[in-house]
Amino acid sequence: MARRRTRATSRADGRGGLLSAIVEFDSVGLRYGTGAEVLRDLDFRLAKGGFYFLSGPSGAGKTSLLQLLYLARRPTRGRIRLFGQDLGDAPRDVLPDYRRRIGVVFQDFRLIRHLSAFDNVALPLRIAGKSDAEVEGPVREMLAWVGLADRASARPPTLSGGEQQRVAIARAVISQPELLVADEPTGNVDSDMAHRLLHLFTALNRLGTTIVVATHDVGLITGTPGARLMRLEKGTLTDPTGALRNPPAEPVSAR
Amino acid sequence: MKPSFFAVSEAENRLLPGGTFRSPTPYVIAIMTFVMMIVAAAGLALANAAGVVAGAVEHRYVLQLPDGRDGKLERAVQAARAVRGITEVEPVSEQQMRRTLERWVGPGGLGEDLPVPAIVHLDLAPGAKASAIGAALQRAIPGSRFIAEQATVQPLLGSLRALRWLAVALVALMAAATSAAVVLAARGALDTHRSTIEIMHGIGATDTQIARLFQRKIALDALVGALAGAAVAAIALLVVGGGGAALARDVAGTAPLRAGDLILLALMPFAAAVLATLVARAAVLSALRKAP
Repeated sequence: MARRRTRATSRADGRGGLLSAIVEFDSVGLRYGTGAEVLRDLDFRLAKGGFYFLSGPSGAGKTSLLQLLYLARRPTRGRIRLFGQDLGDAPRDVLPDYRRRIGVVFQDFRLIRHLSAFDNVALPLRIAGKSDAEVEGPVREMLAWVGLADRASARPPTLSGGEQQRVAIARAVISQPELLVADEPTGNVDSDMAHRLLHLFTALNRLGTTIVVATHDVGLITGTPGARLMRLEKGTLTDPTGALRNPPAEPVSAR
Repeated sequence: MKPSFFAVSEAENRLLPGGTFRSPTPYVIAIMTFVMMIVAAAGLALANAAGVVAGAVEHRYVLQLPDGRDGKLERAVQAARAVRGITEVEPVSEQQMRRTLERWVGPGGLGEDLPVPAIVHLDLAPGAKASAIGAALQRAIPGSRFIAEQATVQPLLGSLRALRWLAVALVALMAAATSAAVVLAARGALDTHRSTIEIMHGIGATDTQIARLFQRKIALDALVGALAGAAVAAIALLVVGGGGAALARDVAGTAPLRAGDLILLALMPFAAAVLATLVARAAVLSALRKAP
């Protein structure tokens, strides 16, 4: 088994280099309570530094799959490896260390309403044990990067949807995560803001962060060079572009 | 969020808004602490009273004669003084005995020819063997009875000791009730801040980091409540217990509460706050462990 894992985490990418997997799902299933499985037989690997879109109709299980990715849920069967570690049934106390390596942009932003934009963005750094002095500079810089330098002390209820979205993104990337998971990040913003968000994600991806974005926005998918597509239907993953093969086929944008 | 059992930064403090006295916790703990301190003070006073009574009669015995007339009382006194281990011999005169008995039989109820029992109070030296002394006295004074005064006050001592243990049980029950109130308060606080907790968990906060925020908040509520309850209890003890203290000084020659007791009572609100903090931490950690 160990030998198989080693092969799975590092395979030839077809271009003469090695493609290291940051996420590996083997026969993963998920059910809520005693109901039917909402996710079935998920087998895929995501390459480190890749940019992935997850699409599918509403109710297909996209959010559930993302929750497995950012360790908010555990699979009811199968094996999940993140960062080279089996985490599907890992003890609870080891999960926080791995969650800190993952940035999450929630569909509903999930900002803490009574904290300022500054404090919301600073939260991951403070949880990681950074002092106020260590937090100040990076948070100001991040707020400036998302265009909210002058809204640092504003609380979420006083921010527009787009501004809240950017605070959520700033919070997700402030600790330079290795994996960024975003659930419908453009669902609440206009097309201009969607384009800017995509630009932010692309910039992060160039810095080495693996990006997984669940979206219905076809324009977002086709407008992202090098991105690969995962399609989820009725809890089962299909591979229309060959993106999930390892080594993968051509990037979706090249088709 | 550096690991620390109690201290949190200003930024961490902002994560859980709402100041002290916004929840019922401080009020419940104030009432519990007030009752605990009153009951504890009563229990300590009873324990002290039992100690005073038991100490006063510990080495005290009575030699009882059916009839003290015809020089029998004097002979008994001489015999007692001759026995080793008896440090004090104090006869009760016939006149005094008659005066005492007349309280029950009425004036003139005792004829001059009616024999009156005689009593000699004896103090034994510490460590003296009472059974040997009693046997020696009964050999020297046939028909006499050697009685420990402790046996006479035993029912009273038993009652005092039972009341003391009742006070201990009541304090323990109050502490348990306080713990239960804190558990409910902690669960309520967790429900109120559920979304914040989920976000913090998602970002990588550990259960300990989250529990620390709640335990600090509940500890502050508990400390303020406990100190308020203790202050009111202290006033009540001073006002209501003042008369009792004076009586105890007159009767037993000592205050009902000693310095050690007062220190113990003063520590109770802090003990209540520590208990509340530990219970809150355990309750919060237990609830957080149910998350994925």
